[in-house]
Amino acid sequence: MTSADASRAAADLLVEVRDLSVTFHAGGDGGSAVQAVDGLSFTLAPGRALGIVGESGSGKSTVAAALLDLHRGTGARVGGTVRVAGTDVRAADERELRRLRGGRAAMVFQDPLSSLDPYYAIGDQIAEVHRVHRPDVSRRAARARAVEVLERVGIADAPRRARSRPHEFSGGMRQRALLAMALACEPRLLIADEPTTALDVTVQAQILDLLHDLRAETGMGLLLVTHDLGVVAGSVDEVLVMRGGRAVEHGAVGEVLRTPREPYTKELLAAVPRVDAEPAVRGARGTRGADGVLLEAVGLRREFGGRRNRTTAVDEVSLTVREGETVGLVGESGSGKTTLGRMLVRLLDPTAGTLRYRGQDIGALGDRELRPIRSELQMVFQDPVSSLNPRRSIGESVADPLRAAGGRDDARVVRRACELLERVGLDPAWYHRYPHEFSGGQRQRVGIARALAPGPRLLVCDEPVSALDVTTQAQIMELLGELRRDLGLSLVFIAHDLAVVRAVSDRVAVMRGGRIVEEGPTGEVYGRPTHPYTKGLLAAVPVLDPEVSADRRALRATA
Amino acid sequence: MTPRQRGAVWRRLRQQSAAVASAAILLALVLLALAAPLLAALAGQDPTTYHDDLIDSARGGVPLGPYGGISGDHWLGVEPGTGRDMFARLLYGARISLLIALGATAVQVVIGLAVGLAAGLGHRLADQVLSRFTEVLAALPMLVIAISLTAIVPADFPRPLLLVLVIGLLGWFGTSRIVRARTLAMKKLDHVAAARLGGSGPLRVARRELLPALAAPVITYAAVLVPGNIVVEASLSFLGIGVKPPTASWGQMLSTATVWFRADPMYVLLPAGCLLLTVLAFTVLGDAVRTALDPRERSRLRVGTHSARTGRSADAAREKEAAV
Amino acid sequence: MTGYALRRLGGALVVLFLLTVAVYALFYVAPGDPAKLACGPRCNPGQIQQVRERLELDAPLLTQYLHFLQGLVAGRDFSSGTAVLHCDAPCLGLSYQSGTPVTELLGDRLPVTASLALGAMVLWLLLGVGTGLLSALRRGGTTERVLTGLTLVGTATPVFITGLLLLMVFCAYLRWLPFPSYVPLSEDPEQWAWNLLLPWTALALLESAKYARLTRASTLETLAEDHIRTFRAYGVRERSVVTRHALRGALPPVIALTALDLGTMFGGAMLTETLFGLPGIGQLLVHSVRVIDLPVVVGVVLGTGAAVVVAGVVADILYALADRRVALT
Repeated sequence: MTSADASRAAADLLVEVRDLSVTFHAGGDGGSAVQAVDGLSFTLAPGRALGIVGESGSGKSTVAAALLDLHRGTGARVGGTVRVAGTDVRAADERELRRLRGGRAAMVFQDPLSSLDPYYAIGDQIAEVHRVHRPDVSRRAARARAVEVLERVGIADAPRRARSRPHEFSGGMRQRALLAMALACEPRLLIADEPTTALDVTVQAQILDLLHDLRAETGMGLLLVTHDLGVVAGSVDEVLVMRGGRAVEHGAVGEVLRTPREPYTKELLAAVPRVDAEPAVRGARGTRGADGVLLEAVGLRREFGGRRNRTTAVDEVSLTVREGETVGLVGESGSGKTTLGRMLVRLLDPTAGTLRYRGQDIGALGDRELRPIRSELQMVFQDPVSSLNPRRSIGESVADPLRAAGGRDDARVVRRACELLERVGLDPAWYHRYPHEFSGGQRQRVGIARALAPGPRLLVCDEPVSALDVTTQAQIMELLGELRRDLGLSLVFIAHDLAVVRAVSDRVAVMRGGRIVEEGPTGEVYGRPTHPYTKGLLAAVPVLDPEVSADRRALRATA
Repeated sequence: MTPRQRGAVWRRLRQQSAAVASAAILLALVLLALAAPLLAALAGQDPTTYHDDLIDSARGGVPLGPYGGISGDHWLGVEPGTGRDMFARLLYGARISLLIALGATAVQVVIGLAVGLAAGLGHRLADQVLSRFTEVLAALPMLVIAISLTAIVPADFPRPLLLVLVIGLLGWFGTSRIVRARTLAMKKLDHVAAARLGGSGPLRVARRELLPALAAPVITYAAVLVPGNIVVEASLSFLGIGVKPPTASWGQMLSTATVWFRADPMYVLLPAGCLLLTVLAFTVLGDAVRTALDPRERSRLRVGTHSARTGRSADAAREKEAAV
Repeated sequence: MTGYALRRLGGALVVLFLLTVAVYALFYVAPGDPAKLACGPRCNPGQIQQVRERLELDAPLLTQYLHFLQGLVAGRDFSSGTAVLHCDAPCLGLSYQSGTPVTELLGDRLPVTASLALGAMVLWLLLGVGTGLLSALRRGGTTERVLTGLTLVGTATPVFITGLLLLMVFCAYLRWLPFPSYVPLSEDPEQWAWNLLLPWTALALLESAKYARLTRASTLETLAEDHIRTFRAYGVRERSVVTRHALRGALPPVIALTALDLGTMFGGAMLTETLFGLPGIGQLLVHSVRVIDLPVVVGVVLGTGAAVVVAGVVADILYALADRRVALT
């Protein structure tokens, strides 16, 4: 190939990144430097879609921001060349850069609520952006254009809704509005940074379908940044797997997902829980039969708020947990699953209904009478940051329940805490370290050790892995399975992720709007769902196989 | 706070040169105030003796000599009208200013902590009652009430103590609001729930999970309160309702100075300078303490907007104003 | 929105009612003998008894308070010897000193205080918001450092020091302005403004420092929010980003605080009024405290309290109008 050919080929490319590196300086002068992206190169042809996948800290979002040079003026050091839609981004002056941003390449962000200005109507914000790139367009015409694109992204009654402010929209509608803003100036490239991470799985499917349709219609290129391999499978042509700021593997989506070459990609894929397959690892099933009922909730109900704005979070829910059994509780945000979980361990008082533990009614017991039972009902929390006291060493956090129970012999308490740390896979030598020195997964292990300290019979795990990366997720789930087997624990496993729940549960309850809509053995609920809501949920879960994913999309389109 | 975090706070404090300078100024000031009788004796003066020979009675009592009568005997000149020694009076004024401001701050912090904790930890009803009560009291403009109260208290009640009580009793609302808000926010944190599940009773939770985390915001707020209290004391004295003559007070001197500013500018500049320097030093130090204790100032402010979105906006605005 | 406003107003009425109880208890019940205080230190027991009767202080406390409330709502009559003095609602009682109804005294003084407060407000908003915005725009530069230093000094300087220095410079040294003496707006608008110029400036310098800090902090805080990133990523000019989006987000607390400060100031800017000899409500209070004129003191305290409570409601409603998320959440 001659050099002329090469430069023409380069000019034809929508995105061309050569040897990109981005370094952030933490803590000003003398602070440590963090190399977020390290010598990354890739290209994207017009109309094609590339997925950049990686765990947290892999540098994937930094790459997305670098395409529009959003690092300019932030103090980050950027090296290498970036060309987007014919513009040399790093060499471009402010004017040129402004023309590129939104005009030729538009970006959609993760959190749709905070990404829109709360003070202006959504239509006005879209019109403002439109007029930035088309100064000749009148205000009125820009507003009309805003309504038009809002209609295109599926906002019902767009002329009226264009006058609403972001907080009057639901999460999915806000993400649609952001997409509408991106569409307003007919860009050639759409950069989407975790566009569906904050959304429920059914809404996620809708947004991904919309993205797919828009691309088919406008022919724009797509750069999709996500941590979720399932999201990538159905939405892009090529995949770039990142780790520690470098490309690990790059190829056609079908090849990378089906026949990965690199060990890290294999590891990632293996860690993703599958919703469509019988899990290989599974804790020992409850063998004690129907009489081994540990915890039983009958007609449990919980209301919040005062007289004026009373809402019912949990509405007449009945649930049974047998000894040694794992009950999965799935539902989307606002389904009441967390409230139910907290009532089961009596962190929240039920408004009505009965809660029986080993046959004893504990729903209305006062603090004092509850004390002997407290230790048997423990909880693992979602957020590994707020669930540990930042002022206490991890060892002391684990020892705290032992001391609260009256453990006076300090040496024994410490020894027991060390045993527990070891039990969850942490080095007892870390006893005196503080939570901020640990990763999310390690903190979650501390949380589990603390929950084990009082010697529980039942562990309610509230989204224990949803804040974690997929490989860490798999390790924590394995640990929970192990503990359950070895200690004969019963588990209530709460999660929004259907695949995760399937991997650990004997029985599953599907919650929606404070009620349980379907309940049964895991295989049955996942294999032959009867309730339409469960069916919808299952159909919306992204799958790793691009072809299956395409089939499912077609199915959703006809439904 | 972990030992390591404590070390980091000190380091951040020491890095701010303005903070170090302020601390040095304040330290000097405290020493000067403590040693006031000694220093005055050293200068051979005391704050109450009249020197009629040093003022020009023909011109209504303007000090003789340049710059308010500065001389080897009277290092900072003498007071117009009375001829009392300025150096001694300024020193004794510092005593009053610091004593009342620090005393009042202590009262404010103690009451604020107690009420805030009771509202934050107690039953919903207790919270409602206390919050409403605080709201009513906070609606009373502090200076107005302080002035009015001095009118009805018997004349023989010791004035400095009265000022400490009045300023203290009328200024604890901010502290209690912050303590209550923090307590309520922290009660929702998972590690507090975990402690309850671990078998801790309410008292143990309060002592081990909540109180340690309140130290930083309370210290920060107290640091902001001190300069405010100095100004309030000076203001009351300026209005003639502070400490009684012949006790020296900067505010009172400035009040007298309103008559003398044409004839004797030094009489304005000296007490004004003392007052300004003290307030400024406390303000700068308070700022530095806040940033040192909470390097993520921005995120703290964001908490402010969050409460504004869900709660009383006027309160939020006021709190934010106090926080910036 | 209307519902929110009504709820806040209802809450304010309760607070106002409790305020009357608190103030009444504070001044008439708690310490010492109000009659003795009212009469002054050189009264003999007979005179004190006379005062007590005239003030109905011998009646049961509840009766006294109810009469007081009745006066507030419907007006009441006072008999002093043979003459009967009617005091229209809202009646806060009669001054011990002059026998004039307290409301009348307050009404006479209000224009002065209002002139001072409103004029100063215009100045401090211009100065404060401008400075705050400028230092937010020039963040990291020398301009910001200088402005931050100035605002720090501004907040630390009590108003009577600023005022004294202004008087020294402009009246005594430069002789550009006469020593202020209040001239009503209705009499001579030009003289009104000239005479108020120094008091306005003194008050505004203090307040504008506060507003500059608030504006700067709010603007910076908004600039750090995600939606600002959105508009930058869509090629919107930095100037529009700051003035249209960041400043918009910074305004609600500024507006709310303005309402609150104005409310407090309507209760009298005592220090400023005393320093410049302006016959406003603050000066009335200081004078009444010196001569122990309890009804006037109580009247001013109640009036000021009411102004603050009302300002709080106004601030909340303005905030909700400026930031619609409040009323809806």
